[in-house]
Amino acid sequence: MSDDNPPKGELLLQLTGVSKNFGAVSALSDIELEVHAGEVVALVGDNGAGKSTLVKVLAGVHQPSAGEVRFMGKPVTLDSPAKALDLGIATVFQDLALCENLDVVSNLFLGHELSPWRLDEVQMEVRAWTLLRELAARIPSVREPVASLSGGQRQTVAIARSLLTDPKIIMLDEPTAALGVAQTAEVLNLIDRVRARGLGVIVISHNMEDVRAVADRIVVLRLGKNGGVFTPGSSNQELVAAITGASENAVSRRASRKAAEEHHE
Amino acid sequence: MSDVKLAPKPLDRADERVRNDDSLTGAVRLFIDRVRAGDLGILPVAVGLVVISVVFSSLNPVFLLPNNLVNLLFDCATVGVISLGIVCVLMLGEIDLSVGSMSGFASALVGVIWVNMGLPLPVAIGAALLAGMVIGFVYATLYTRLGMPSFVATLAGLLAILGMQLYILGPTGSINLPFSSPLVAFGQLLVMPAWLSHGLALIPGLVVLFGGLNTAKRRRAAGLTAIPLSLLLIKAVVLTAALQFAVWYLNLGRGVPWMFGLFVGLVVAMQYALTRTKWGRSLFAVGGNREAARRSGINVRRIYYSAFMLCSTLAALGGVLAAGRLASSSQQAGTGDVNLNAIAAAVIGGTSLFGGRGSAWAALLGIIVIQAISNGLTLLNLSSSLRYMITGAVLAIAVIVDSLARQSRATHGRG
Repeated sequence: MSDDNPPKGELLLQLTGVSKNFGAVSALSDIELEVHAGEVVALVGDNGAGKSTLVKVLAGVHQPSAGEVRFMGKPVTLDSPAKALDLGIATVFQDLALCENLDVVSNLFLGHELSPWRLDEVQMEVRAWTLLRELAARIPSVREPVASLSGGQRQTVAIARSLLTDPKIIMLDEPTAALGVAQTAEVLNLIDRVRARGLGVIVISHNMEDVRAVADRIVVLRLGKNGGVFTPGSSNQELVAAITGASENAVSRRASRKAAEEHHE
Repeated sequence: MSDVKLAPKPLDRADERVRNDDSLTGAVRLFIDRVRAGDLGILPVAVGLVVISVVFSSLNPVFLLPNNLVNLLFDCATVGVISLGIVCVLMLGEIDLSVGSMSGFASALVGVIWVNMGLPLPVAIGAALLAGMVIGFVYATLYTRLGMPSFVATLAGLLAILGMQLYILGPTGSINLPFSSPLVAFGQLLVMPAWLSHGLALIPGLVVLFGGLNTAKRRRAAGLTAIPLSLLLIKAVVLTAALQFAVWYLNLGRGVPWMFGLFVGLVVAMQYALTRTKWGRSLFAVGGNREAARRSGINVRRIYYSAFMLCSTLAALGGVLAAGRLASSSQQAGTGDVNLNAIAAAVIGGTSLFGGRGSAWAALLGIIVIQAISNGLTLLNLSSSLRYMITGAVLAIAVIVDSLARQSRATHGRG
């Protein structure tokens, strides 16, 4: 990691009025989002709320249909993943995007190999081990094809890869979904460490406990629109209400039913 | 890290689940495990070559005579160079079916520009290579911009380029190249002096030994395990002994053809590019998982362009060499089994049709198998009908081996 990270609190990424249509379906409409240096922003929302689409727009995989993205104060066009990576936006995709036929080291350094005309395998392997140890990864050998790794191990490889390119912002799409207990804690620790270094972090998660544990702000998306911004101090009920779009929902009905049952007893 | 040990374990052996395979027996065990899991490497080719040699030399002892093998190597070089290009596109999971036509067109261009138009030979060869590049560029454009499957694009190319070949050759249909010219001498006569061939055959062993020692030193310094000296020595000695024997045996006949030397040089360069450069790594990545490669920031389109252009250019070079070998540019050049032999060689050598696996050695080993079969069958005076059938069967077997190995790799989790 470089030391020329922006000062804490500086506005890194600003989205204004970003929309994305897939044909007649508007997956995102009029999204506003800000990410500051040294801040963890959690994106939450129900299935189909547009979280992954937003991540893909910021990663340069999809191009927004409308709206403006400003990075470090300057308007940018994220027209390819390479462009996003060059700017310093690293992404861990939900489907991980690893090459199964290549080994762990090749996957970690893919697109950013050391000395492109005479690959420095020794240096790459050492850095791979160092990084994986930092993440407390349980990977026995980095010279086996990724095809032989478990889901959690692949997740760790994908996260490690995003850290390798000295990013300014890291986006993690469901980073803990496939992880064991120890690795989940490691990833949360890692997010804390990354924040302490002054990077901006965007985390998508369905696990409210994890979200509350690390996030500075919780941004709710609902049906492709902004559904409100919350602090980790907000109650579960408030969050669920924002995610489902009503104070009257499956979760609140269950809670009131339980309460009613208790009342009867 | 909490492990407090007197001698720190190497980084890559820190996990207790990893077996230590750094000894000689460990290396053998690793090899057996790999083969069982479907990572066959050059094993099918080695077995195939032994079977071919035994069968053909028992049917006709001429097969293994030095001069026949020298001829075999001359023949290998032309189609081998084409096959080398095929390796590049197969690596991406694509195919170029027009390499035969491309080589024929290139040989026709050399004949027309050099003999008929009277321009210098280097200009003619340059024009042929340029034509290859342009056609590769067209294929890559059709594939990446218009989404046309390479199978169809190159099938169309096969016909179109054959048409161009017939067109520029005109009604006579055949141009004889002067026998005294360097191109024909290169294709038919020129062999290395014995001292040079023996000297060159020393290089691979030395590279294995000193390159290996250097890597081992750097790995140990970085706290990783390294290949033991004994294994390196055995590798280097066996390799050198085998090569020196081969060179000595060929020198009993006419010697090692320069044209084969050129082919091997190209194979080595390609192998380096595939395994030791960013470009090669990107080629593997795009062949394995195109979307993952794109998201890693690789310019996928550029990789497709480079592979298709390299393939067509090498096909053109193969055509130029074939023109020298046959001392003519004719309507027959590049037709018949050239196309399929080039593709079969790459597959037999271990390049997967499904993309993401392969090596430049595949072209070298595969073409030796193919040409050995063709040469042996010719020696037996079999008609070309039988030769086609047998070569077809060999290709089918090679693809079956590839598919089975792929299934086995999938069940053993080796990609």
